[in-house]
Amino acid sequence: MKYTEDHEWLREEGGIVTVGITKHAAEQLGDVVFVDLPEVGAEVSKGDEIVVIESVKAASDILAPLDGEIVEVNEALAATPASVNEDPEGAAWFFRMKVKDASALSGFMDEAAYLEMVG
Amino acid sequence: MSALKRLRLHDLHERLGARFAPFAGYEMPVQYPAGVMKEHLHTRAAAGLFDVSHMGQVALRAPGGYEEAAAAFEALNPAAALGLPEGRQRYGLLTNEAGGIIDDLMFANRGDHLFVIVNAACKEGDLAHMRAHLPAAVTVEEITGRALLALQGPAAEAALARLLPGAAAMRFMDVAVMEWEGAELWLSRSGYTGEDGFEISVPEDRAEAFAEALLAMEEVLPIGLGARDSLRLEAGLCLYGHDIDRETSPVEAGLDWAIQKARRTGGARAGGFPGAARILRELEEGPARRRVGLRPEGRAPMREGTPLFAAAEGGEPVGAVTSGGFGPSLEGPMAMGYVPAALAAPGTLLWGEVRGKRLPATISPLPFRPSTYKR
Repeated sequence: MKYTEDHEWLREEGGIVTVGITKHAAEQLGDVVFVDLPEVGAEVSKGDEIVVIESVKAASDILAPLDGEIVEVNEALAATPASVNEDPEGAAWFFRMKVKDASALSGFMDEAAYLEMVG
Repeated sequence: MSALKRLRLHDLHERLGARFAPFAGYEMPVQYPAGVMKEHLHTRAAAGLFDVSHMGQVALRAPGGYEEAAAAFEALNPAAALGLPEGRQRYGLLTNEAGGIIDDLMFANRGDHLFVIVNAACKEGDLAHMRAHLPAAVTVEEITGRALLALQGPAAEAALARLLPGAAAMRFMDVAVMEWEGAELWLSRSGYTGEDGFEISVPEDRAEAFAEALLAMEEVLPIGLGARDSLRLEAGLCLYGHDIDRETSPVEAGLDWAIQKARRTGGARAGGFPGAARILRELEEGPARRRVGLRPEGRAPMREGTPLFAAAEGGEPVGAVTSGGFGPSLEGPMAMGYVPAALAAPGTLLWGEVRGKRLPATISPLPFRPSTYKR
């Protein structure tokens, strides 16, 4: 598992990266009521705002961590947005993307570095 | 930026696990560990305790007592202050010459004086405005040294009555002075959640003990500003600076109920408040635009600033959302905003543009959820 400075977690398997947000981020967001997911097939560039999470308090963006193509989105979140609070690092993943360059993943933090960042 | 002010009960909020955020110059508890959703639902199901000590408490006094203060206050406020019985409270407004709203407030006949509660963000401006425009015989005293707590929800009466048995006999918009362990408390049966409940002004040095006595009860949880916002929005209540401001008139805002007959055309004390020309005209002829409730389809909230359109494609915006979010009791998104009067009828279908997509929203009567005041 790798982590971004924007509190996303990334899990890579065979060139496909699954993306979600960390438990820490979910706690900060508060109760999630709606998740706006990207289209399957969308070509995205690193830094694009591709997911919007609406909590009772505010809307937050999730950025594409790498260049690539969205190959799957977690449709279950439409009916159960609260799962982002309950199981952010498991069932409540957001999307899977086929990345252009899987080696770029090595540039992200590992768990120890992430935990140190959030204190 | 000037330093944020701290509430007298800051340490208590910290011990309760509050997360703080700046609001109107104060470091305010936004939520506690339960979170906004649970805090909201708990207030609707049992009782929630809110610290609203950031709001302004003001006493208007005159040699002629309440009557003289009320007569003077009517020159700044379109609500009827004369004729309000002792021990009763009313919603009022400070208006400007253009017929816009400087602030919304609660005022009460406290027998020998007129007591006002104003919004935190407007407090300094309101005090200056009242001092500049009220006659010299009327003194404007900002009451400091008192915290203001709100206890709201269906269990509020039973909880408060354990400390103050007399509170149970009060009805909606009554005010009373009661004693609790030697401290003088000023109560009103009102609030800003759509629930039955009380607002209680407590001497600061006793506020923590009083709050702890309530929080020790099983049905009472501390509630932050986050849930206060979703509760008031479900109740269709305006937030100053968002749903009403110096441009919006009371009539556009649907607050005409706050202007009693005596102050309207043909009434005993018609007009005589700032902006009367516009406000009385709008009462007769109807305003050009109106505040409405909106229920967006689906689950995506329409936040403040969302432009509203009369069609799914093309055209210019016809209005905008002024407050919007998710209603935990409605289990769906809700919003308020302004639209042309011709588009304001409940059932009218509009579209709000969220992140470049136009999503349908239906005009809904306000409040979204029936209020449960004890009248």
